[in-house]
Amino acid sequence: MDSSASVSRAGSTLLQVIGIMILAAGAVCLLLIALDFSPTAIVGAMFSGSLTSWLKFSQTLSIWVPLLLCSCGLLFTFQAGLWNIGVEGQVVMGAIAATILLRLPETTLPPTLILIGSLTAACIGGSLWGILAGLLKNRGGVNEIFGGLGLNFVAQGIILYLIFGPWKRAGIASMSGTDIFARDLWLSMPAGWRVAPIALILAISVFLFSLLLLNRTRFGLRVKAVGINARAAQLFHIRPERYGLLAILIGGGMAGLAGGLQVIGVYHRLIPAVSSGYGYLGLLVVMLAGYKALPVPLITLFFAWLAAGSIQLPIMLQIDSSLSGVIQGACVLSALLVHGLRSVRQR
Amino acid sequence: MEISIAVLSAGIAASAAPLLLAALGETLTEKAGIINLSLDGTILLSAMTGFVIAARFDSLPAGFAAAAATGMLSSLVLVIISIYLGQSQVAVGFALTFLCRDLAYFLGAPFARTAGPQLSISPIPLLADLPFVGPILFHHSLVVYSSFLALPLAWFFIYHTPQGLILRCVGENPEGCWARGIRPRIVQAAYTLIGGALVGLAGAAFSLAIKPGWGRPQGCEGIGWIALALVIFGGWHPLRVALGAYLFGFLQMLGILLQDVFPTIPAQIFQVAPFPLMIFTLVLIHLGRNSKGKKLLLLRLLSGNAPGSLGKNYRQV
Repeated sequence: MDSSASVSRAGSTLLQVIGIMILAAGAVCLLLIALDFSPTAIVGAMFSGSLTSWLKFSQTLSIWVPLLLCSCGLLFTFQAGLWNIGVEGQVVMGAIAATILLRLPETTLPPTLILIGSLTAACIGGSLWGILAGLLKNRGGVNEIFGGLGLNFVAQGIILYLIFGPWKRAGIASMSGTDIFARDLWLSMPAGWRVAPIALILAISVFLFSLLLLNRTRFGLRVKAVGINARAAQLFHIRPERYGLLAILIGGGMAGLAGGLQVIGVYHRLIPAVSSGYGYLGLLVVMLAGYKALPVPLITLFFAWLAAGSIQLPIMLQIDSSLSGVIQGACVLSALLVHGLRSVRQR
Repeated sequence: MEISIAVLSAGIAASAAPLLLAALGETLTEKAGIINLSLDGTILLSAMTGFVIAARFDSLPAGFAAAAATGMLSSLVLVIISIYLGQSQVAVGFALTFLCRDLAYFLGAPFARTAGPQLSISPIPLLADLPFVGPILFHHSLVVYSSFLALPLAWFFIYHTPQGLILRCVGENPEGCWARGIRPRIVQAAYTLIGGALVGLAGAAFSLAIKPGWGRPQGCEGIGWIALALVIFGGWHPLRVALGAYLFGFLQMLGILLQDVFPTIPAQIFQVAPFPLMIFTLVLIHLGRNSKGKKLLLLRLLSGNAPGSLGKNYRQV
């Protein structure tokens, strides 16, 4: 491709992005004005709630970490042509697996080793839960959307059982979760931070790893081949089922890691809502990214900012915080609409 | 504790009614070859609008009408972006389900936990006094009666009317329909909107009758996914879909009953349990159907094929 063609393509992509942003922002603003809310006041509140100090910005980053991990995992399954809706359950199973190790009775093992072990366990837990959905699809012909969804419900049942049953708080079981872990089993966090630096480093490395694996290796190419045309891939001796399973294994591992980090880095205990919907939000992120890796960190940062900023809204303006979800959904639908309009015009 | 079969059956019929309405709506849509994955969000959003409008105007019919309109509006997005602009139905449906869910919580927040009207039980005179059958079939709210009516109507419409034939043809082979002078996109759009209206009614059935009121959570979260699974595992046949809906109603009633039997187990488990149980029951039937189970009469009755062009957008030349 010569440079002028690539410049014009970049230009048209930029034009599309601007179109999507104007469309989504316009729709949401109209809704807010119709409800007699001031969009500028809302944006102002979200800025002051998330960007005016490092403490507040690190709050955004603490949402960014699990969202980026889930989205990276979803990149693999999307590229393999799978709708991996089971991420939510994979996050939960990762969190449970991490907690198992943290709850071991008094050991002489150094805390660092336990932490590394529990993060590894989290990856494995998420992977296994993902593979279950993959096997249901490959062996049973169960559509991965429903297999994954069913497994999400099962994971939710398991975590509720554990928190209300064997792992319940001394005295009374409650929705607030298990007992808090000993301090030396927390990920270290400098004063004035809301996110553990190790979690940040892990999330960024996982993203770079995904970028390389998907775009620069034969494995990535094969995963894409399966996603684009499974039957053609088979003719090149690429087994679609195996690559689908590998993609879901990698994706599950990343989702599980997100769950583990939530447990040891954020909540310091196991809570029923440990996954907080990041698995579902990741689906929206990757759709908005056009199933490509490169835009994912920016989009996740934007979504995380929306989520963090909207926490202030009920207190400052008596507006429900689900507004952030409305904006996120509006962005994705606008993107689909713009792509649709473009494809119809090109025809 | 004494459990009478009549009371249990009546409970199942009532709790399965909204699920049945939504699943029948989705069956109509999918028979035309369109997957509307937005059910879960749409049910929630129309539950909210139904409740708010009914409370504001103190009129239940207005509430149900508003909910049906909401369902149609939500499916209109799918009609435009997927059927007419050719984008993936699954992608649009997913985005739509999350948008509708958050829109419902956002717009409905001021009305959470407020008082509103509620559909009362209207027993059918004479019939309701029949022993055993009376309480099961004729001692319900209008929502449940309409679910009883919708089932045979949907079955008759799909398999025994000329319009039903066109509907099935478009789902199987839109190109062929085009050649015969039928406009596939119009038919698909129409059934997506009709299906959306039924899904909307299901939402109002929750917030105005089965689980009256609005709040976060409302209590109907997750039902849309169950309805979707019912349609697919029910082999796109309204009667099998209904069977699944009543099975889910049974599981939910069982959860409520067992809660009293095992007070030590937390109530949350019983609320969540029907969902995985249902999905895995469906999966087991599905697995049995795929393997040697073909010989079993029961499994053969349960199997069905997807409409030929399900999920594919028809590109008009």
